[in-house]
Amino acid sequence: MEVILAILIGVLYAAGIYMILRRSLVKLILGIIILGNGANLLIFLLGRVVKGSPPIIPADSDVFQSVYADPVPQALILTAIVISFGLQSFAIILVKRAYKVVKTDDLDEMNAIDKDS
Amino acid sequence: MLLAILLGFAFSLFLVFTGKFFKGRISILAAGIPLALFVYFAQFIGRISDGEVITQFHSWIPAFGVNLGFTLDGLSLLFSLMITGIGFLVFVYTSAYLKGHKYLDRFYGYLSMFMAAMLGLVLSDNLISLFVFWELTSISSFFLIGFNNTSRKSRKSALIALAITGIGGLSLLVGSIFLGSVTGTYSIAEMLTMNPEIASNPYYILIVALIFGAAFTKSAQFPFHFWLPGAMKAPTPVSTYLHSATMVKAGIYLLMRLTPVLGDHEFWNTTLIIVGAITMVYSAIHTLFRTDLKGILAYSTISALGILVFLIGQGTVDALTAAAVFIIVHALYKATLFLITGIIDYQAGTRDTTVLRGLRKVLFPVAIAGFLAALSSAGIPPTIGFIGKELTYESTFHFGNMAILLTGLIVITKILLLYAGFVAGIKPFTGTLPERFENTKMPSFLMWLPPVILALGCIVFGIFPGLIEGSLVKPMVSSMGLDGKEIHLKLFHGFNVILLLSVITIALGTVLYFTLKPTKKLEAWVAKFEKFSPQTIISNSWAFFFKFSNGWTNLFQNGYLRNYVATIMVFTIALTGYSLFTTANYAVDFNSFSTVTFYEAATSIVMLVAIGYTVFTRSRLAAVASMGIIGYSICILFVIYSAPDLAMTQFSIDTLTVILFVLVLYKLPKYLKLSDYKMRIRDGVLSLAFGTIITLLILEVLAEPVNKEVSDYYAANAYILAHGKNVVNVILVDFRGSDTMIEISVLAIAAIGVFALLKLRLKKSDQR
Repeated sequence: MEVILAILIGVLYAAGIYMILRRSLVKLILGIIILGNGANLLIFLLGRVVKGSPPIIPADSDVFQSVYADPVPQALILTAIVISFGLQSFAIILVKRAYKVVKTDDLDEMNAIDKDS
Repeated sequence: MLLAILLGFAFSLFLVFTGKFFKGRISILAAGIPLALFVYFAQFIGRISDGEVITQFHSWIPAFGVNLGFTLDGLSLLFSLMITGIGFLVFVYTSAYLKGHKYLDRFYGYLSMFMAAMLGLVLSDNLISLFVFWELTSISSFFLIGFNNTSRKSRKSALIALAITGIGGLSLLVGSIFLGSVTGTYSIAEMLTMNPEIASNPYYILIVALIFGAAFTKSAQFPFHFWLPGAMKAPTPVSTYLHSATMVKAGIYLLMRLTPVLGDHEFWNTTLIIVGAITMVYSAIHTLFRTDLKGILAYSTISALGILVFLIGQGTVDALTAAAVFIIVHALYKATLFLITGIIDYQAGTRDTTVLRGLRKVLFPVAIAGFLAALSSAGIPPTIGFIGKELTYESTFHFGNMAILLTGLIVITKILLLYAGFVAGIKPFTGTLPERFENTKMPSFLMWLPPVILALGCIVFGIFPGLIEGSLVKPMVSSMGLDGKEIHLKLFHGFNVILLLSVITIALGTVLYFTLKPTKKLEAWVAKFEKFSPQTIISNSWAFFFKFSNGWTNLFQNGYLRNYVATIMVFTIALTGYSLFTTANYAVDFNSFSTVTFYEAATSIVMLVAIGYTVFTRSRLAAVASMGIIGYSICILFVIYSAPDLAMTQFSIDTLTVILFVLVLYKLPKYLKLSDYKMRIRDGVLSLAFGTIITLLILEVLAEPVNKEVSDYYAANAYILAHGKNVVNVILVDFRGSDTMIEISVLAIAAIGVFALLKLRLKKSDQR
């Protein structure tokens, strides 16, 4: 299964980069979100995946008695998901606002700071 | 001595705060500083002429051998007196010349900064501190040349001067470091005894070439001479002070100072003689074709500097004596000529020699000064110029087997310089006074007194050469490592070849002056050859460099986000791919991986389809929705792989994102296909390559053993130390609690940003 996950992550990265390379601002944001998902999965996979044993200490014990999923990548990813939500929401609203002001979604046209372009 | 140097810097700093106040009437008071320094240095004359060397030492960076060591000997004394003496007269002159100027305070600030730097330069014993002061003179010169900062030409000349002298400065630094590592010290005094070792060192040629690079750029030697005529854009007091009397002699000073260390070697002597000879003849010829007084003076200054280099190159006692005397001679008459040029320009409103005539009737004292200076420049007795010229001829005439050729060259130069001196010092004052100059008034005595004082110097020292013989010239020659006891300066040496040469020079020069009249036509004709000059070649390569760096920058900094991303991707793919290709061992152990269950396979397929749909759909809504599906599939993967917290977070965040997107979706632009087919193919290939690299990397990393130390620590202590059973939560809120708090702050800031953007209502006037 790890191989499939690795391929999935590769596809997520490829899709993310492809979307970032587009000229449309909306696609740019979608690309960033997809890339972020890919990165999260990457961290998750590199911490090694385990099925059916979440990192929760059993109720009748003070420490783990058997195999458990690595908690550190999970903590990192949790942080990453939340932070990327902050970024995404701000970006979405910013795009909306920018479109209202400059009336374009094309990054190439947003380039110039002059009024007449 | 350190205080004497710092005084100038302190004064220019002081002007920053009191500048406004200073612009008024009391600017003349500034002249007190050079005067005080002149008196301070003059009191050492007695001790120096007795052969004493006064040193002072302050540690600076002893670990690198960089210290503030100062030496006052014959050489530095002469320069110090010139810097402060002429400095004093220039300060006085300026107070009238730039009276009421908007930036007078600035001008004095730069001027005193320059004076301090120049004093530091000639007094430094340490090569590194010498370099620092050397650069400070270049920088103050840059400010002074560009003083008329509204003029484009001024700014350009200032830049050229800074570029040329700046390159020289770097060359000095590198040369000094080489010299320091060869000798093990940066102190010039300690190097004095090491001449044979340095000369036999394999790096000798390189060191000397670098030092020459510094001296030739600073002292405007061919082919670096062209910045000096450009520097004449500066106000005349600056031309007088920096670009004739002092700063341009810094290169000469450096050569003289290092003569005992590096001199007496074939390479040293030959190069200096050749470069000096080319410079002196080349620029002396140039003076014939100029009609601007300052242009004539600029080229004759370059020529004089060439003569000095030429003499230092000969390196004999006679030659160095001649050089020492000629420095004094040149400082006196050239400063005078510059100052009177300033007066003529200021009062008559032009510097064009073709129209200036008969000014003696309105500017009599100035005419006297000009006349005396021209005599000294021509080397007509009884001026000190005559003594200087005799010494020059004497040493050149007795210099080895090339004597005849070299003597011929120096005589030609002197003839041409006589012409230049006459044109600048005599021509404007003779003849009938044209109508347009009839109303020319005498300037304030603050302006005409300084050139008169200097001109009197030309004649007084000529009649009584004893005044400078023991006090300045002898100690100076001894500080260049030669025995100066036999030197006797006098006007008349008896009837000999040298006197004959002098007579020939004066006669031919005078004939030249009366036959050749500078005209605009001639000047224009010579300008045609400008395209072969070093200046043109350098400014062309300059322009090329500009274009190249412009193109280079535009290629990479093109302002298109996707091009930046694409560039980064290409390089990442190339570098990572290369190292993957060469170092990876591809030892992927498929047996160590878990088997694929139905749920996993199904989720993966759903996700793949969703990704494809997101990328290729033409509808915004569909893209956002399928992006939500990607998020949910990841959510399921988290559930399968024992990460319930992540699954919950991903689920809620993904939902929120999609909702937010949908809320604003119809306020967003239409989903257009903006790129063409080729572009999409290119980007597709790039992205796929990148994705492949990532997949390969993951497989590589999975084959490596994993370190679980940190995780084990958290797992073991989650309940014991933090009393929580969900380890992920304990890490977030307890072990790494402050991180989480900062994360919350970030989210809060983002929320404020979103709120502000949503609520922002621009007034009509604020909108563009």
